[in-house]
Amino acid sequence: MAITASGLRKAFGRTQALDGLDLFVRTGEVHGLLGPNGAGKSTALRVLLGLVRADSGAVDVLGADPWRDATAVHRRLAYVPGEVTLWPSLTGGEVIDLLGGLRGGVAHDRVAAMVERFELDPTKRCRAYSSGNRRKVALVAALASDAELLVLDEPTAGLDPLMQAVFEQCVREARAAGRTVLLASHVLAEVERLCDRVSIVRSGRVVDSGSLTELRHLTTTSVRARLAAPADGLAALPGVHDLSTDGDQVRFRVDADALGRVLPALGERGVRDLVCQPPTLEELFLSHYGSRS
Amino acid sequence: MTGLAGVGALVRLALRRDRVLLPSWIAVLALVAISSAAATGDLYPTAASVVRAVGAVNDTPAMVALYGRVPDVGSLGALAMLKPLATGALAVAVLAIVLVVRHTRAEEDAGRLELVQAGAVGRFAPLTAALVVVVGANAVLGAVTAVGLGAVGLPVAGSVAVALAWFAVALVFAAVAGVTAQLVTGARAATGLAVALLGAAFGVRAVGDTAAPWLSWASPLAWAQQVRPYAGDRWWVGGLAVLTAAVVSTAAYALVARRDLGGGLLPDRAGPARAGRDLRSTTGLAWRLHRGPLLAWAAGFAAYGLVVGGVAADVGGMLTSDQARQLFAELGGQGELTDTVLAAMLGILGVVASVYGVQATLRAAAEENTGRAALLLSAPVGRLRWAAGHLAAACAGVVVVLVSAGLAAGAVHAVRTGDAGQVGRVVLGAVVQAPAGWVLAGIVLAVYGAAPRLAAAGWGAVVVFVLLGELGPLLGLPGWLSDLSPYAHVPHLPGGQFSAWPVAALAAVAAVAAFGGLLALRGRDLG
Repeated sequence: MAITASGLRKAFGRTQALDGLDLFVRTGEVHGLLGPNGAGKSTALRVLLGLVRADSGAVDVLGADPWRDATAVHRRLAYVPGEVTLWPSLTGGEVIDLLGGLRGGVAHDRVAAMVERFELDPTKRCRAYSSGNRRKVALVAALASDAELLVLDEPTAGLDPLMQAVFEQCVREARAAGRTVLLASHVLAEVERLCDRVSIVRSGRVVDSGSLTELRHLTTTSVRARLAAPADGLAALPGVHDLSTDGDQVRFRVDADALGRVLPALGERGVRDLVCQPPTLEELFLSHYGSRS
Repeated sequence: MTGLAGVGALVRLALRRDRVLLPSWIAVLALVAISSAAATGDLYPTAASVVRAVGAVNDTPAMVALYGRVPDVGSLGALAMLKPLATGALAVAVLAIVLVVRHTRAEEDAGRLELVQAGAVGRFAPLTAALVVVVGANAVLGAVTAVGLGAVGLPVAGSVAVALAWFAVALVFAAVAGVTAQLVTGARAATGLAVALLGAAFGVRAVGDTAAPWLSWASPLAWAQQVRPYAGDRWWVGGLAVLTAAVVSTAAYALVARRDLGGGLLPDRAGPARAGRDLRSTTGLAWRLHRGPLLAWAAGFAAYGLVVGGVAADVGGMLTSDQARQLFAELGGQGELTDTVLAAMLGILGVVASVYGVQATLRAAAEENTGRAALLLSAPVGRLRWAAGHLAAACAGVVVVLVSAGLAAGAVHAVRTGDAGQVGRVVLGAVVQAPAGWVLAGIVLAVYGAAPRLAAAGWGAVVVFVLLGELGPLLGLPGWLSDLSPYAHVPHLPGGQFSAWPVAALAAVAAVAAFGGLLALRGRDLG
C-alpha cells in the first residue's frame, strides 16, 4: 500500500471537512479521488502531505506518518496543488529547477523533454503565465522528478484538450514506470480513462471505492433491445428497473447480478437487436450524489 | 460615463475590507495629535516659555531636519503641532499609498480585479474608488482631529488648517501611488516606488528646511508645514496640493487607459530557462526573494548615512542654546555634542531598520497566504527551516541596512573630522540598533506562528513602541510602560556608555519570541 488512511476527521471551525475518511491506494496504481467541489478532496490531500493535521484517524504514506516525518515522506513524492501560485519574479524554468533541486537533483534531460511535450516557455516570468501555464510548470516539476508517488489535485484544470492528452499519456508512462498516482478530480471522463481504482468522496467521507468493474458490479447496466414479441412480464423480473417501451423497443436498467436471468427472458421474446451498456462513471457518480440526501 | 460604472460598489467593498484598518489609523493619528496638543499646553504655560521652546527647536538643525521649523515663535499651537504635523503627514502619505495600491494593483495581481472588471465595472472605477476612499478617510480624520484640537483649547481656524495640511499630503501621494501602480508590474514594486518617492520628498524637505527654504517647496510632504497651522493658516497651499494631485492623477488615468490588465508599461524581458546554482535551496530562494528590497533599502540607508555624516560635525557646533542641547541629550544621551547628534540620527535609523525587519518577516506570511508555501513545503523542506530562513533573512537584512548607513555616515564624518577612527565608532552606533529590530521581527514571527491572519499586527507593535517613546515623556507615562519598547534599551552610541547586557537582553527576547513562533508554526495547519 502506498497510502493508508482510516477514519480521518478534520474540522475547520464548524465545517467538518473530513468526516471519517478511509482511503487505500495501492503501490503502482493510478487512483482517482472523485467528488464535487467542497467534498473534502483537497483537505484529504493536505492531510496526506502533512500540511494539515487530522483531528483524529490514522495516516500512513509510503510507510511513514506524513505529519511527523513530513520531510522524509516528501522526498519520495511530488505534489501539484489545486491552485498553482508561483513566485512572480522567477521564471518557469527556475521554479522547476528549484523544486527539483529541493528534492535532491534535477534530471535536465527529463525536464527538457517534459517542457517540450507541454509546450511550455521556461524563460517567461511566472507573473506573465496564465493559470494553465502555471499548472504546467508544477506538472513538469512533478512529472520530471523521480518521485514514487505523484499527488495531483485537479491537474488538468485550465489545460487545453491537447495538453490534457499529453498529461494523460504522461500519467500512463508514470504507471508503466511503477509509480503511484493519486489524482483528485471531478472530470469524470479523465478519471474513467486513467484510473485503475476510484474512491468517491462525499461530505468528507469515501462512500464507494474500488476498480471501475467492482463499482459497476454493485450498480446497474442499462439495456436497450428490440423485441419481436411484446415485453410483457419483463418489468416483473427481479432486478429490473425503470422499464419503458416505445413500439418494439424496450429500455430498462438491470442489476449486474440479475443480468444472467434477464437475458434468457429477452431470448424468449425474440430479441432482434440488443445493446448492453455498463454504467458510465457519471452514472455511478450521480447514483451517489443524485439525491444529495 | 461608463468608465466609472461601479465606483459606488467598489467603494463599499473597499470600506468593508478596510473596516479595521481605517478606523484604527484614524484613531491613532487623531489621538496622537490631540494628546500632544493637550500635553504641550501644560508644558509651556507662559508666552515666554513658548518663545524659548520654539527658539530651541528652530536652532536645532536635527530637529528642523526631522520635523521642520516652527513658523511663528509665539504660537503654542504651531509648537504643539510640530511633531504630530510632520509624523502625521508621513503617516497619511503611507496610508494613502497603501490604500491606493491595495485596491488597484494588489487586486489585479490577485486576479480579483479581472473578475470585478468583467462585471458592470468601468475601466477607471477601481482607481477612482481607491481615490474616493483616501479622500473620505482623510476627511473623517481631518474632522475628528480638528474637533479634538479645538476641544483642547487650540484656535479653531488653525485646527482646521491642520486637517487641511494632512489632507493635502494624502491627496498628492494617493495620486502618486495611482501612477506607480500603473507604471510597474506588481503591487510590491508599486508600493516600493511610491514609498521611495515619499522618502525622496522627506529628504528634499529635510535639506530644504535646514539649508535652502525655497527647496522645501519642491517637496509635497513639506506642504503640510507650508499651510502653517496656528501661524497664518495659508489656505491656498491646499489649492496647490489639489492642483498637483489633479495633474498627477490625470496621468494615472491616462496610464490606466493605455495599459492591459496585468501588464506594466515596460514589457517583461525573458529570463533564464534554468535556475542557477544559487537557486537550488530554500536559502537560495529566500535570498532571491529578499535581495531586491534589501538592496533598495541598503541604498536608501547609505544615502541617509551620507547626509548624517555630512552634517553631524556642523550641527554639533550649531547647538547654541542650552535648551537645544537639552533636547538633543534626551534623544542621543549625554556626551560630546557631535556624538549626541550622531546617536540621535542613528536611533531614528534603528526604528526604520526595524520596519525592514517587520516587512521581511511578514514575507513568510505572504508566502503562506498565496499558497506558494504549500507548494514549496510539499518538497522535502522542513517548515521550521523554511520559516527560520525568512527570519534569518530579515534579521541579517536589519544588520545590512544599518551597516550600510553606518559605513556611509562614518566614512563622511571621518573625512570631515580628519579622524579615521570615527568610522568604527559610527558603525558600532548603527549596529547596536539591530537587536531592537530583531525583537520586532521575533514578535512578528511569534504572531505569525500562532495566528497567521494576525501577522500584520506586527506593524501595530512598531507604532505602539514608537508612540511609547514619543509620547511617554510628554504624557508622563510610568517608566515601566515606556520601557516595554525595545527602542528604549538601545545604547546611545557613539558617545554614550556601551553596556552589553541590554543588547544581549534584546537579542534574547527576540530569540525567545522567534522560538515560540516556530514552535507554534510546527503545531498548526498550514494554509
